[in-house]
Parts: sequence; structure tokens; C-alpha cells
Amino acid sequence: MTAPRLDPPARVLVTKIGLDGHDRGSRIVAAFLRDAGMDVIYTPPWQSIAGVVKLAIEEDVDAIGVSSLATDHLIVPQLVERLREAGLGNIGVVVGGIVPADEQPALLRAGVSAIFGPGASRDEIVQHVAAIAARARAERDADLREVTS
Amino acid sequence: MTKEAIQLSLPGFDQDYAQWRADYTRQIGVDRHIVNRSGIEIQPLYTPRDWDGSRYEPDLGFPGQYPYTRGVYPTMHRGRTWSQRQLIGLGTPEDYNARVRQMLAAGATAISFLPCNSGFRGVDCDEVDPLLLGTCGTVSNTVDDMEVALDGVPLGEISTAMNDPSPFTLLAFTLGVAKRRGVAWERISGTSNQSDYLSHFIANHMFYRLSLPGSRRVLTDHVAFCLERLPNWNPVSVVGQHMQQAGATPAETVGFTFSTALQYAEDCVARGIDIDVLLRRFTFFFDISISFFEEIAKFRAARRIWARLARERLGAKNPGSWRFKFHGQTSGVDLTRQQPLNNIARVTTQAMAGILSGLQSMHTDAYDEAVATPTEETARIAVATQNILREEAHLCDVIDPLAGSYYVETLTDQMESEILAVIARIDAAGGMYKAAESGLVQSMIGDSALRYQDKIERGEEKVVGVNCYQLADEESAFRPTERPDPSRMKAHVARFKAFKESRSRGAVYRALAALARAAQDEKDNVFARVVEAAEAGVTHGEIVGCLRKELGFGRPLIVA
Repeated sequence: MTAPRLDPPARVLVTKIGLDGHDRGSRIVAAFLRDAGMDVIYTPPWQSIAGVVKLAIEEDVDAIGVSSLATDHLIVPQLVERLREAGLGNIGVVVGGIVPADEQPALLRAGVSAIFGPGASRDEIVQHVAAIAARARAERDADLREVTS
Repeated sequence: MTKEAIQLSLPGFDQDYAQWRADYTRQIGVDRHIVNRSGIEIQPLYTPRDWDGSRYEPDLGFPGQYPYTRGVYPTMHRGRTWSQRQLIGLGTPEDYNARVRQMLAAGATAISFLPCNSGFRGVDCDEVDPLLLGTCGTVSNTVDDMEVALDGVPLGEISTAMNDPSPFTLLAFTLGVAKRRGVAWERISGTSNQSDYLSHFIANHMFYRLSLPGSRRVLTDHVAFCLERLPNWNPVSVVGQHMQQAGATPAETVGFTFSTALQYAEDCVARGIDIDVLLRRFTFFFDISISFFEEIAKFRAARRIWARLARERLGAKNPGSWRFKFHGQTSGVDLTRQQPLNNIARVTTQAMAGILSGLQSMHTDAYDEAVATPTEETARIAVATQNILREEAHLCDVIDPLAGSYYVETLTDQMESEILAVIARIDAAGGMYKAAESGLVQSMIGDSALRYQDKIERGEEKVVGVNCYQLADEESAFRPTERPDPSRMKAHVARFKAFKESRSRGAVYRALAALARAAQDEKDNVFARVVEAAEAGVTHGEIVGCLRKELGFGRPLIVA
């Protein structure tokens, strides 16, 4: 099933939080999403959690992709929590990179929608991000209608 | 006339070759178009028509003789096999010490030190989220920490590789430990493994701490200090690994790496360092991918090219300067999360390519590196893989055993042409420093990375368990991930804070002031002041912080 293409296009933040600087994956995925027609906001590595929340607000994003190759996934639950506190709970958060199998459930429980490991295909990633972006957009549109009607 | 050339002139050759060609075409049906990672088309058969041996002397020669295609030493692995150097680092200094003692007992003949990610970012352990401490490397911020980490390790007898970029605080801490133990610095041997700042800016943003010009300054000072004070230390390891891991093809990797080495050599010569003193201590660090013959051809071509660059272009006179000595690490990029035990077979294949290429030092990846930092058991299997290839498979009996293969020699020549074309392109851009500053190299690597990913996506490159031979349930093979013990890490951070309180504030202040002054004085040596600061109790984060203020913070030059 192909996820609906948004108009205006889905806005996706591709970022890295914490200490890891391995950015081949985040750059490749950013290119995948851009080529699939999404508006990609790309950051260099080492963003602070507060900085990502601020950027998510300023750039009005529908989804956030966090790449972690060297254990920064351990602080992703903190990011999800801060987003929720900032009223951005409906933004989809997806993690890509290396997350050991036994540490994945904690991320999913925290609200991460999916974890893409090495070998994940371009299609799976694009489809999933498009779907969570569409859902986030719909929820936020509904919220907006509620306030304005 | 060589023996091969005589065979070529035999009347039957042309006829038999034409017959084979006809039979092949008839039976193969639609032939596959095979292109290696460097873009070279691979033929189904190679013959004396492709490589006739007529250039044996100028292009190959003998082991230990210019141009060193067959090996940099006369005896190669028959005399001395490679150093078995596994990358290790986890948890607190105590954790590192326990692991390093096990690795030495298991047969490792050299050690390496990988700092914690907080160290790579240039901060101390009390400045980051404790969840991220010691998860990928060892926390080591002071001489005291290093003393614990190296307890029982015979400094002065064993070679140590420090995976530590500018301003090289880990080496400074190690020198502090040596001084406390009374080990003469002249006896300290090893390598500054992450000294290649250009590769960090170009291909691996994990490692840079200082601005591009700041990194250039500190590296040159580091080289000058080491050549004068540490005669057994290799201050420069030019790292092709980062470029290949970031997606450069094997040929591009060697081209970029040599362009980088030329840049460092020119910078050091400009500072007044003698080229022959410098090049004798140059080492290289490369990835060994699973593209078996391509890797072997890559390294054989690299030896020949480096010998010619060092002698003809840099004007080095001493044969020791012409030798391309390299550490190889089996490529983690080829490893898969799926069916993880398969990675043992991949690492074995990569290691064979490295050994047949004549490497000087090797790290074999643990099979779980695609998903985690290796455990004790997986690290032990990685070392055992090397032992098996050396002891049981007899891979070290013959020097450069694939030489003379029509295929390997043809491919070596072709890889050489590709590599030289890359070097020419960087030369045209004004050298590696300028080519990194302008983003040229980054975009070349980005294009190659995407091209290769596309080949995997289209199924042109097969990866077992990823785009073919997939299995359903495969996650269960992994043990629980080892994480540093939170209470021990907490105690370590508390000790670190107490240490900072206990120091002589005056000594710390004076050392940092001297460091800051050195950064602004081209005639002073920044690394010499780093070493003094370490001895005075200044921490890693304080040293990096001071130099960032003086020389600029490292930032990505080009993004996306």
C-alpha cells in the first residue's frame, strides 16, 4: 500500500542527537526522503534534545527521523517525552541505525513508531515515514479545526 | 623474451583463444555485465594477452625492493606476521584494563584504545548524559584514568594505538603514565590512529574537535614533537577507512588517502621537517571490504603508487620512506544485522584478502559489530579468526602468493590507473585541503555511496540475508547488550569530580594559559603544551575547550 502524498509535501526532520557523528546513514536517508517528494530538514550530528524540539516547532515538521549508530538511541525516549511536553505528541518519531534487539522494546514503548536497522530498504523507510507524517498531519489538521471552528 | 611472451607467440594461442571465446559465448547465453566497486569491468577470463609479464621488473620487482608491489619487506609474513591489534574500549578505565588483559592473554600482540563518545566530542565525563558514558569507548579524561586503564600493560614493550584525534590528549596521558613509571619516552611505540583530520572533515564527522585550520596547526605540531621526542611513535596515520566507510569506492579511497598524505607531507616540510624523517613514520589505515580480488589489487597498486609518489614527487631519498605500511580493518559496512553469525564468514573472507595483500597490522571485526559494541566472546572469535588463517590455513607461507595471476596483475594495473586519476583530480582542485574545504571530495563520496546503495536496492549487488536468502526469525542469536555498570560509572564520575577539586588550581591555570599562548604563537608547539598540561592535571575537556576557544570549533563543512 502506498502512503498518501501530502500537499503541501510532508515535512521531515532528519537529525542526530547525543554524541555520535557517523552521518552516512542520515544523509542517505535524507536523500531517499527528498527524492520521494518530502521536504527534508537535515541537521548535522550532535543536536541537543531541546534544540530538536525547538527546530520541530519552527519548521512545523510532521515527522522526525533520528539516526543513531553509536548508542545515542538510549536518550531517544527523553526526546519523545520533551516533544510530548511541548504539545508535539502527534509528531511521528522514527529511529534508524544500530539499536540492539534487546533495547528496541524500550524505544517502541516510549512512542517511537519504528526502528530501521542496517539493511532496511529504501521503500520500507519511505513508506513508513510517509504514513506517520500523513497521520500526524491529519491529527494536527483536526486539532486546528477544533480550535478555529 | 619472458616465458609468457613466448607462449603468446606460439601458433596455437590465437586459435585456441578464439575457440574458447566461441564456446563461451554459445554456452553462457546472456552474459552478466560485472563491474567492481571501483567501476572496473570484470571479464570472464584473463590470459597472457591481458598481462604478459614483460613489465615485471619496473612494476613488480621483489619484496622489499622498489616499487614494493610484492611487499614492503624482504621476508613479509614468512618472517614476521602482522600485529594483531583489536580495537577495544568500553566502560570505565577499570573495565578497559580487565578487557585489555584478556585480549593480551588471548594472543593480541598490540593494543588499541578507543575513547568514549564524550571524549570524541571533546568533553569530560561530568558534562554529558550519564546514559551515554562508556557505551562505545572508555572514559579517560586524565593521566590518573590512563594509569588505571594501562595497569599491568608493559608500556615500552607493547605497541599502543590511540584512536584519538587532535589535540591527542590520550597520548599526552600515556606519556604522563610512562613518566610516573619511569619508562623512557623513547621506548613508547605505537600510532596516533585518528590524526588524519582531513578524513574527519570529509568522511567521518565522529572525530573532529577543532576547526579545519586549527586541526592543521595541531597536527603539524604533534608530528614535530613526536619525531623529536618519541622515535618509535607514528604520529600520522592516514585513514582511508573513513572514506571507504562513508561510501568512496576502493579506488577513490586510495586516491583520496594519498592526496591527503601528500598534503600532510607538504605541510610538514613547510614547517621545516625533513621528508625522510617524516615518511619513515607514516602509516596508513584502510578498510578491507569483501570485494576480494578488488581489495588485493587495491593494496598491491597502493604500494607501487606510494613508492613512486614518495620518491619521485616528494623527493624522499631513503628507501624506508617509500614503503607503504598499512593497518587493515575488516569492513563493518559489509556486515549485516540479519543472520549475524554469517558475519564470521564475511570477516574471514575480508581478513584473507588483507593477509594476501601483505598488511602489517590487522583488526578483525567481531560478528556483532553491525548491532552492538563487541562482547568478550565475539571479540575473542575475531582474534581466533586471524590465528586460524595464519596457523591452520598456511596463508603466510608464500610472499605475495597471487602475483603473476593474469587477473590479479591486470586488476592491479587497472586499479592503479583509477587511483592515479583520482589523485590528478584532487591535484587539479589545489590539493586535499582545498578539495575538502570546497566540498568536492564530500560530493564525490556522497555520489558513490548513493550509487552503491542503489545497486543493493536493485539487487545488482547481493547481500545474503538482506536482499537474498532472507530468513524469517533471526533476531534471537544475540545476547543481551553489555552496557557499563551504572553504579561503577557513577562512582567513576564522582572520583573524577573529586580529582578536579583536589588539583592545584594554580598549576592548572598556568598550564592552560601556556596552552592558550602557544596556540597564538606559531613558533611554539601546541602539542608540547598539551603534554605539560596533562601532567599538571588538566583534563581532556579543559584542554580541548581551551584550544577550541583559541583555534576554533570543528563544524561540518558541507551538510547533506
